[in-house]
Amino acid sequence: MGSVEMRALRCVLWRDLLLALRRRGDVATALLFFVIVASLFPLGVGAQPNLLREIAPGVIWVAALLSSLLSLRRLFESDHADGTLEQILLGAAPLGVVVLAKAVAHWLAAGLPLVAIAPVIALQYDLPAVLYPVLALSLALGTPVLSLIGAIGAALTLGLRGGGVLLALLVLPLYVPVLILGAGAVEMSAAGSGGEAQLLLLAAALVFAAAFAPWAIAAALRISSE
Amino acid sequence: MRWFWYASPQTFFPLAGRIALWCGLAAVPLALAGLYVGFFVAPTDAQQGEAYRIIFIHVPAAWMSMFLYVVMAFWAAIGLAFNTRLSGMMAAAIAPTGALFTFIALWTGSLWGKPTWGTWWVWDARLTSELILLFLYAGVMALRASIDDRDRADRAAAVLAIVGVVNLPVIHYSVYWWNTLHQPATLTKLGKPSMAGDMLWPLLVMLLGFTLYFGAVLLMRLRAEILRRERDAAWLRAGLAR
Amino acid sequence: MLEAAGLECVRQQRKLFSGLSLALGAGESLRVAGANGSGKTSLLRILCGLLPPDAGEVRWKGEGIRSLREEYARQIVYLGHAPAVKDELTPEENLGIGLQLAGTHVPPDSIRDALARFQVPNSFVKRLSQGQKRRAALARLCLSGSVPLWLLDEPFTALDVQGIGLLKELIETHTRRGGMVAFTTHQDPGIAASRVLELG
Repeated sequence: MGSVEMRALRCVLWRDLLLALRRRGDVATALLFFVIVASLFPLGVGAQPNLLREIAPGVIWVAALLSSLLSLRRLFESDHADGTLEQILLGAAPLGVVVLAKAVAHWLAAGLPLVAIAPVIALQYDLPAVLYPVLALSLALGTPVLSLIGAIGAALTLGLRGGGVLLALLVLPLYVPVLILGAGAVEMSAAGSGGEAQLLLLAAALVFAAAFAPWAIAAALRISSE
Repeated sequence: MRWFWYASPQTFFPLAGRIALWCGLAAVPLALAGLYVGFFVAPTDAQQGEAYRIIFIHVPAAWMSMFLYVVMAFWAAIGLAFNTRLSGMMAAAIAPTGALFTFIALWTGSLWGKPTWGTWWVWDARLTSELILLFLYAGVMALRASIDDRDRADRAAAVLAIVGVVNLPVIHYSVYWWNTLHQPATLTKLGKPSMAGDMLWPLLVMLLGFTLYFGAVLLMRLRAEILRRERDAAWLRAGLAR
Repeated sequence: MLEAAGLECVRQQRKLFSGLSLALGAGESLRVAGANGSGKTSLLRILCGLLPPDAGEVRWKGEGIRSLREEYARQIVYLGHAPAVKDELTPEENLGIGLQLAGTHVPPDSIRDALARFQVPNSFVKRLSQGQKRRAALARLCLSGSVPLWLLDEPFTALDVQGIGLLKELIETHTRRGGMVAFTTHQDPGIAASRVLELG
């Protein structure tokens, strides 16, 4: 990749991070949503400590899924609305690479904070502290995959009436394997058999998604911009 | 070269009509024969009694549902690669039938579960996988329905179908693994009775009947779609005037 | 250098134009005129590669633009209907990013000079008026002298007399230096174009 492309890539990454910084409210809202969803479950199923400890990995992961879904809208929506998306499509760097940079920026602003806050939720659910590393690692590996897969959905539903609900319908079935692997890693670890296999599979999923999702996202963006 | 000639909606239209008629006519006796043998002639299963007979609908429907998704993704890929109108219509026409078979598989699976295990729904690996497949079909159909521009709708749905088909094995295996993690007792699995020959061939007859039915429905849907999209075309107006 | 042959465009089941051909050589300018909805914006988007035509081909120096992709994108500046500026950034940041995305590197001083020439204040774009936003977008043209083809969609919208004058000057300078400009407008901008294409 030439220096021109590298510069364009760094430029996109920096731009998206700067925009996320200037729109801190959006970032904070998605995080707050994560916490609120996780707090709903005890209200719904009762607060027995044993039950909560058991459902904790699943609940945290489902909340992470939903929060990721919420933050996907801003990946392309505002660029599409003010015309800057077309400039990106007509840019000097290959679209697949640019899109990867956007997904990374999105993860840094939306996914990484989830990894940081998850231990607080785990605390609420009295998850044994020894499981925190597995939880954090599973989220750290899984949330980028969510960003990448979600970006495909966001690109496909750009500017459509159905909006966020349609995006959820498209993307949630594709999220299922990540949910199963992520929650499974923590659950296996809790059962004593170690979650290494699931973590390795998550890492493999991340590599796979990073390699192939950009193609789909770029194709979807071009289709949506016609 | 013959294939590309038939790729034009104008030449495909009459051909589709003829094939659809034959498929439909062949599907009915096959399905009736399969159902008759399955429900009345095949021997009673030692473990599950009479209730197992629902598999003669459930299993072919489940096979069809997965097979059709792959076929739909195939035509979607062809449409994206070669930019042919008919491929897009093909993928659009397959989705509803595929979703229908998925729904039938889920419904018959539920009917099977009730007398066998006492509940209307089991989080069995296969049923859960079918459920997610239904969501995938719904997603493709919903996406296509929410885009007004036909071409953009076809292409967007095509990308989604391809992404879905790549994820299909991943979803399948992760759900299977999830099932073993949470339900180690194999009793809760909807086990197929060991396939005696007497049970196998009505299953295959049903599968063939379903395939022919799908063929007929697909071609009729395609004809309807062609009429809808080509309504301004000269060849259609001339044909209608006659 | 820019050629289009047999272009056809169908939007929302309406055929906007078909069999359209045009050619633009160095030093020439093209004005695409027509009423609202006649396909001016679609034609421009076909020319820059954002929209694939339903029939026909666009060629740059003899090669189809579909195969050229990024190479062609580097030869054009496209300014669309919406001034492509982000509300949360300053005009300076917007321009800097826009140029970097296009692969050109320009020192910050030149960016500030371009913005000053168009008299764009340096506050966040969300506080600017429509006209000021368009000026902020157009300032990019001051720094795009080396880019051969300019494709401008309704560039004179929301501009005052002074802004229109500045833009005319830029276009004339560019064509004089051997560049090409294609712009759409539904009014008479008072600028003499080498060719005029009427749509609709």
